[in-house]
Amino acid sequence: MRLLTGNDLPTGDVVWWTGSGWSRHVEDAADVGQEGEAILRREEGARRVNVPYLIDAIATPDGPRPAHIKDRIRALGPTVRPDLTLRPADPAAGSWVI
Amino acid sequence: MYRYDQYDQAIVDARVDEFRDQVERRLSGQLSEDQFKPLRLMNGLYLQLHAYMLRVAIPYGTLDSRQMRMLAGIARDYDRGYGHFTTRQNLQFNWIKLADTPDILARLATVQMHAIQTSGNCIRNISADQYAGAAADEVADPRPWAELIRQWSTFHPEFSYLPRKFKFAVIAAEEDRAAMRLHDIGIRLVTRDGELGASIYVGGGMGRTPMISHLVRDFVGSDDLMSYLEACLRVYNRYGRRDNIYKARIKILLHEIGADEYRRQVEEEFLLVKQLGIDPPRAELERITAMFAPPAFDPAAPDAVDRSDPDFAVWLDQNVAAHKQPGYAIVNVSLKPIGGIPGDADADQIALLADLGAAYSFDELRVTHAQNIVLPHVAKRDLYAVWRRLTKAGLAEPNLDLITDIIACPGLDYCSLANARSIPLAQKIATRFADRQRELGELKLKISGCINACGHHHAGHIGILGVDKKGTENYQLSLGGSGAQDVSLAKITGPGFSEDGVVDAIERVTDRYLATREPGERFLDTYRRVGFEPFKDAIYG
Repeated sequence: MRLLTGNDLPTGDVVWWTGSGWSRHVEDAADVGQEGEAILRREEGARRVNVPYLIDAIATPDGPRPAHIKDRIRALGPTVRPDLTLRPADPAAGSWVI
Repeated sequence: MYRYDQYDQAIVDARVDEFRDQVERRLSGQLSEDQFKPLRLMNGLYLQLHAYMLRVAIPYGTLDSRQMRMLAGIARDYDRGYGHFTTRQNLQFNWIKLADTPDILARLATVQMHAIQTSGNCIRNISADQYAGAAADEVADPRPWAELIRQWSTFHPEFSYLPRKFKFAVIAAEEDRAAMRLHDIGIRLVTRDGELGASIYVGGGMGRTPMISHLVRDFVGSDDLMSYLEACLRVYNRYGRRDNIYKARIKILLHEIGADEYRRQVEEEFLLVKQLGIDPPRAELERITAMFAPPAFDPAAPDAVDRSDPDFAVWLDQNVAAHKQPGYAIVNVSLKPIGGIPGDADADQIALLADLGAAYSFDELRVTHAQNIVLPHVAKRDLYAVWRRLTKAGLAEPNLDLITDIIACPGLDYCSLANARSIPLAQKIATRFADRQRELGELKLKISGCINACGHHHAGHIGILGVDKKGTENYQLSLGGSGAQDVSLAKITGPGFSEDGVVDAIERVTDRYLATREPGERFLDTYRRVGFEPFKDAIYG
């Protein structure tokens, strides 16, 4: 599957295209399939998200998982600071990242 | 310490106002990211993996308690409660919001700080010996010269769009504590016939193509310094390659045309530049130098230190260095707790360091390129009190220059350029060797998460480079580098390793060292005596 991701303009937060907007949670990401390039161009024009780009991902029962380690770390947060990730209370939250 | 005059303050304040307007235009959609990116980078604002990152300049690594306290406040109010001290003696905040940035810069400006010259193809923040003004082996305090270069380089119209970024380091001692020979221009202050001047080294650097700089001029007097540096930059600006980012640094120019030809062109240009009258009157250097006058040391300060507390004695031997003033010492505060993140300090720790600087070090602190903090002027009678407060704050790890005092870039946990994580590897190595580090003695281990070498792996006695091997982190090991006065570039050992594999490989290297060393030899000494092969055999044999 293909995902569209970037960084939110005001905050810099990592965001994922959901099909209708942007979410901070990769689990909400939608498979953009063949429409990816068109959505990317449209969102670039909207100037809400910095440097949107398309990535490969794998569908799992827990949601999409980016194929490359860099995007998996983006999806989670720094692996060395679990307290600063999106799920600081869940010690297993990053088990799929590395 | 240097204090802004009205021009300095006006420049910094105007830049804040200008950037505030640019941020507003970006947030309102008037500017695209392509238009905005070079503007934010000129103000130290990067976009990293998880957020914007603001790199704050700390000129020549020197700051006072008020400035340090400001950094703690910004960490608390605008970031997530911590900051990261870098190998360029700067500080990075990892979780900055774009809309907050003008306010942060405005607050920094109130304490004479900014984020100018921390990005872009300009002359970057000038670095210097962290023991400046305190070291017994220096011929002079290098910081007035560094400040003069700072003033000359800030917004220099001719050098704001160089072929590539450009880094200076200034030292004034035989011992090189600033990796001077691995900078685009390195300056060592020297005396000749009683006159203070500068030896100019050009063309060093790490990154993709590491090179050691060449001595281009052995003596430039203070009356000629700006003209000479202007000539050095002009020749680079004219001939440095703008067609290939990987060949754009000045080290490549010197490599391609040769140091002799570069020197010839610089000397020719210097004769022209000298006629322009850009060198400031000597009174200006004297004005700046006066601001770096030694503090009011107590001439009766006792030299004796009570070593009866064994833990204190260990720290004293490892982290405290000799001061030129009897009765005083230089305190190195390690930001490398075992298992911690190299260079990180939380807001409370930064605030404590500010307090200690104010109470015990004549209001001065330094940041080192090894990502530690220095209290440069501590009376020996105060050392125990300082140590106790550092201990309480988790800042008294007695490991300066040992294998656990690891330089590590932020790596793939934060950096958009990185190929592999540096920090978890540093944590594993520190944990593995914590019990043996004193037995191993001086051993400088440096980790970079990509070829850009922010973690100085080329200069490590043991260096590690993280690479991306088909989407998996892999680590290349290298041996024999040094950023000190015995400068050398590390040599890659062979095929890379997994994260755990490289820790095991380092253990085989250190075991070979312990089995091979002669009395008094550091790791690097043994490596240089016996050569590369015995260590390679230990790793792969």
